[in-house]
Amino acid sequence: MALVLSVLEQGFIYTILALGVYITYKILDFPDLTVDSSFPLGAAVCAVMIKAGINPYITLPVSFAAGGIAGLATGLIHVKFKVRDLLSGIITMTILYSINLHITGSQANMPIFSDDNIFTLSPFADKLGKYNKVAVIFIIMLICKILMDLYLKTKSGYLLRAVGDNDTVVTVLAKDKGIVKIIGLVIANALVALAGCVMCQDQRFFEISMGTGTIVIGLASVIIGTNVFGKLSFIKTTTSVIIGSVIYKACVAIAIWMGLAAIDMKLITGALFLVILVLSNFRKAGVDND
Amino acid sequence: MIKLAHIDKTYNPNTVNETKLFTDFNLEVKDNEFVSIIGSNGSGKTTLLNMICGSIPIDNGEILINGESINKLSEFRRYKRIGRVYQNPAMGTCANMTILENMSLADNKGKIFDLKWGTNKKRIKFYKEQLAQLNLGLEDKLGVKVGLLSGGQRQAMALLMSTMTPIDILILDEHTAALDPKTAEIIMALTDKIVREKNLTTIMVTHNLMYALEYGSRLIMMHEGNAIMDIEGDEKRSVVVDDILDIFNRISIERGN
Repeated sequence: MALVLSVLEQGFIYTILALGVYITYKILDFPDLTVDSSFPLGAAVCAVMIKAGINPYITLPVSFAAGGIAGLATGLIHVKFKVRDLLSGIITMTILYSINLHITGSQANMPIFSDDNIFTLSPFADKLGKYNKVAVIFIIMLICKILMDLYLKTKSGYLLRAVGDNDTVVTVLAKDKGIVKIIGLVIANALVALAGCVMCQDQRFFEISMGTGTIVIGLASVIIGTNVFGKLSFIKTTTSVIIGSVIYKACVAIAIWMGLAAIDMKLITGALFLVILVLSNFRKAGVDND
Repeated sequence: MIKLAHIDKTYNPNTVNETKLFTDFNLEVKDNEFVSIIGSNGSGKTTLLNMICGSIPIDNGEILINGESINKLSEFRRYKRIGRVYQNPAMGTCANMTILENMSLADNKGKIFDLKWGTNKKRIKFYKEQLAQLNLGLEDKLGVKVGLLSGGQRQAMALLMSTMTPIDILILDEHTAALDPKTAEIIMALTDKIVREKNLTTIMVTHNLMYALEYGSRLIMMHEGNAIMDIEGDEKRSVVVDDILDIFNRISIERGN
């Protein structure tokens, strides 16, 4: 039971970041490596604020905004300086590593074990007991999902989808496709940093390298979700991303349960991603042959 | 009215591949004129359209719409006044969005894309009427993704979308070239209908000599960056395809082909 709860908790946190990766990877078709640093950015902002005694719930919007700024940086580098998409993300990611350390005052490790957080202060902490954590994370994740569903149905959301689909249409609509891309990157990295913030409070410490492989986790969740469940028309894509994240986390948990050591974590992360990619390629080839 | 004055355009300047395409080129298209432009490959037809739309820069000269210079406007800003349909039917629509979503996008051209609902339910009736005039049955498929439609259906939608909001100029860039002959006929007839109904100033580049003669009020033949033939009215009506083919052949002989 504890294992299931932990899979759901972490799975729902991954969902928040996967929703962000969904925007860049699926909607914008932009391989955004910024996320490997915007995830710990959210965590760093969160840890410092909690240490300063600020209400943990305030850390959520502040981390969200910090991530947005990271996305803005990548967007400006790509659109205004015309640097290739992959490289723009790598540049921001590299710079952010130092900035994250500046935020925490050069501490590569920042424990917040003894401080209150969004879980200890939750209004149903006593009533739900061990289900409290998963409930809080679920609510935050659900709010993100619903807001994103709503946003994608607005005029601005239509334009975001159009720019990834066929940016010529956006230009012919007399709109600057560059600005639309920047908006997408801002929202995506804001969500990723929010996930980092929640993760930091869930594990109760910040660690500078906690972001390594975030992009892989996000991509794996999105690809599992959209390839396996995306074809079902009654399931929204954002819903399939939730399922994908939980399945991905479950696979990792099973691998560890079967005896792999914690140091093999990244090995599992990478290998599992490879398996998912290969399987989804096979699946695509099968569809093409029909 | 659109005016191109003293345009110079050289590709790959100061290299071995230097190609002087336009030297002091002038063209004036009056309001409500429907100009068909023909010419062989490399004659400058597509470059002309791209210069007007700002897709490629000009070296010298000035481009004016209704007397105002648009030289300094970036590509996307020029499209506030220009509608464009491309040769590739996939260019004018978003494949992963539904017909209704595509129509809603086009309907919002020139307005702000804010956080209001992307589709205005009150406009659905209007979209259906617009789609119904295509006679392709698209009005009953509003929820279908455009990527599932045929090339002809997508091009018809692209045409509808590019002319839905008020524009000063419609640019048609070989927009029937990628379609089968029957579909091309339908799209061409539809183009003519829309241009007439909305009194649009239109510039159409085409490889189809029949269409160039049958449709439009003025015919221009381009050759090596010059308009070597520019006829309208009765003179245009009296020309037949053979006349144009003669000129084409003569040009080819001059070039030694």
